[in-house]
Amino acid sequence: MKVLVGLGSCGIAAGGNKVLQVLEEEVKNSGINLEIKKVGCIGLCYLEPIVEVIDGEGKKTTYVRVTPEVMKGIFKEHILNNKVVENNVISGEDIEYLTGQKRIALRNCGIINPESIDEYIESGGYKALEKVLKDMSPERVIEEMKISGLRGRGGAGFPTWFKWNAARQAPGSPKYVVCNADEGDPGAFMDRSILEGDPHSVIEGMAIAGYAIGAEQGYIYVRAEYPLAIKRLQIALKQAKEKGFLGKNLFGTDFSFEIKIKAGAGAFVCGEETALIASLEGERGMPRLKPPFPAQKGYLGKPTNINNVETFANVPWIILNGGSAFAKIGTEKSKGTKVFALAGKIKKGGLVEVPMGISLREVIFNIGGGIKGDRKIKAVQLGGPSGGCIPEALLDTPVDYESIVKTGAIMGSGGMIVMDETTCMVDMARYFLAFTQKESCGKCTHCRIGTKRMLEILERITSGNGKEGDIEKLEELALNVKEGSLCGLGQTAPNPVLTTLKYFRDEYEAHIYDKKCPAKQCKALITFIVEAEKCKSCGLCARKCPVNAIEGEKGKPYKIIPEKCVKCGTCIQVCRFNAIRVE
Amino acid sequence: MKCNNCEEQGLEKRFKDDEVDLSVLKEALKDYRESRNNLITALQIAQEIYGYLPRKALYFIAEEMKVKPAKVFGVATFYTQFRLKPIGKHLILLCQGTACHVNGSEFILSALCDELKIEEGETTEDGLFTLQNVACLGCCSLAPVMMIDGEAYGKLTPDKAKEIIREIYSKEKV
Repeated sequence: MKVLVGLGSCGIAAGGNKVLQVLEEEVKNSGINLEIKKVGCIGLCYLEPIVEVIDGEGKKTTYVRVTPEVMKGIFKEHILNNKVVENNVISGEDIEYLTGQKRIALRNCGIINPESIDEYIESGGYKALEKVLKDMSPERVIEEMKISGLRGRGGAGFPTWFKWNAARQAPGSPKYVVCNADEGDPGAFMDRSILEGDPHSVIEGMAIAGYAIGAEQGYIYVRAEYPLAIKRLQIALKQAKEKGFLGKNLFGTDFSFEIKIKAGAGAFVCGEETALIASLEGERGMPRLKPPFPAQKGYLGKPTNINNVETFANVPWIILNGGSAFAKIGTEKSKGTKVFALAGKIKKGGLVEVPMGISLREVIFNIGGGIKGDRKIKAVQLGGPSGGCIPEALLDTPVDYESIVKTGAIMGSGGMIVMDETTCMVDMARYFLAFTQKESCGKCTHCRIGTKRMLEILERITSGNGKEGDIEKLEELALNVKEGSLCGLGQTAPNPVLTTLKYFRDEYEAHIYDKKCPAKQCKALITFIVEAEKCKSCGLCARKCPVNAIEGEKGKPYKIIPEKCVKCGTCIQVCRFNAIRVE
Repeated sequence: MKCNNCEEQGLEKRFKDDEVDLSVLKEALKDYRESRNNLITALQIAQEIYGYLPRKALYFIAEEMKVKPAKVFGVATFYTQFRLKPIGKHLILLCQGTACHVNGSEFILSALCDELKIEEGETTEDGLFTLQNVACLGCCSLAPVMMIDGEAYGKLTPDKAKEIIREIYSKEKV
């Protein structure tokens, strides 16, 4: 019998380590022989902690929302007495979350122990590297990538083979392979999950890229905020070296490859290639003009190929299954699958990998289970601070690079934040602008000052001081920032504003002219009122109010004193009679 | 002409000048001092040792790696990971990711500020807590989330957040 415990960051955050501890104690106390496997994230973040029991015949039972108490029960009933604990078994509806997906980049996540190279090898790992080194020329590898149609998963969607080829053709040596694991979009955690759940797939992908372009040194530039991913990468690199998958003369050929980890220090702009290179060199992460592209002049001025984590994770699969198998999935121009981090006002938030071409609606409703509390969906945000909000009316847009760009958003690295009718779109634009304004490196004037001025206008609008002409000013500034910025950060920073202006202009107008926030979110534009006829004068709201802004006495409806109210919403949350209204 | 803003944010205010034992740092930098490409790594090591970047350590790194102090200060202030002042005993990281934002992280922030009597980025007078906003902790399905000393607390409400602080505080008192 085998037990798998999900210990990705989300599993640990939900209490996975405590569950593991209980299980280990029980096993020790009972003296039975049981294999406990620590696995990465399977993507069902909303059901964590997850424990899977695989019995002697290979039958798998998945338990969800496992607390230490539940774990004790599972141990007593299922592990010792072979009786399934029905209460915590995953429901049929939740299984659909997994069956609607097509897993390539995530093929091993949540299935193998990321700290065991043997399990990676058992699942076909490092066979692709062996294949390219023994049977394929570097040109043939690049050709296979071309057939696959794989495009960069970091957001811009540049064809991977083209970058590899450019780096191969570029004169100069040594050459470098860099893995961009500086996943900075707030609300995106695809790369982290891959690094935590299947680090060897990225290492293997990088080694294959190294062979294809003629590089012997690789760097993984990973966010310092991902300590678990760094730890698992370090373990994986050590194991790969011991087994001879990294180092000198791999598989008896004359190809050698090493990888080093460089921890980033927290700067969103370092996701941009040239800024990342500057940071690798120990400088401030400031972008420079392209060309020359990193493929010509990259790290230390040498030809450098930079790909994203998910891109590398796809590579071994493509080599083993053939480029054409990959190209069969997806649309004409966007091949294969894409991983998304589903979050926001969605019922089943987590990590999903779907074939390109599937509609946004299918992802949100068929896989994600729809909106929390069955409210109405308003928009979905793709591409983080560089992306945009796609309204409900366009939810049938297929997931492919070109179709999404047409809406004004971008595919991005894979953050998919769902918003319902209680999300204010002006506030959303303000939120993203505040982010990019803070993260602007300051090199280009338009980005440094333009985003600041845009943010000031948005802050003015959301605080009820919007003026006539503000929308036009925003549009003008947006254009200037887009055109006057050197790198992707500045060029895309206005996207959240432009898309919300395009699809939700009425919300801006309501804020400015009517001084109203239709989503009832902007504090300055709303008031909280107790509906006298519904109030049972239980006094709960008054006791819970953090600023003592609610007064009343038994038998009479309570009242909110507007001057004291900080609009925190606590009273709404605690009222059992739905008696508090926002206007 | 004197710039008020510059004076306010002058080195004296932004950096802290503690007496620190630099020999530990010297030893730790042994493998990194040769190449200036390792400047960020060197700063990370220094922060690991002292918990923040004391001004003396910054000058020391400049000397060891043969780069100008201005460059070391420039890099140290560019990246959000680097702290120029010591932090409290417990570090509270409040997630400001998109999922947390739409799920009401700002109310958690005001609850925490209210409970701790500090603003974001500050440390309580007793040196117990430092409150810091972070871009995204990546546990979006548990939004809103905060992390204290590496442990994540999810599905927060203002009340729950205050409760958690009080609990840690009461343990400290014992």
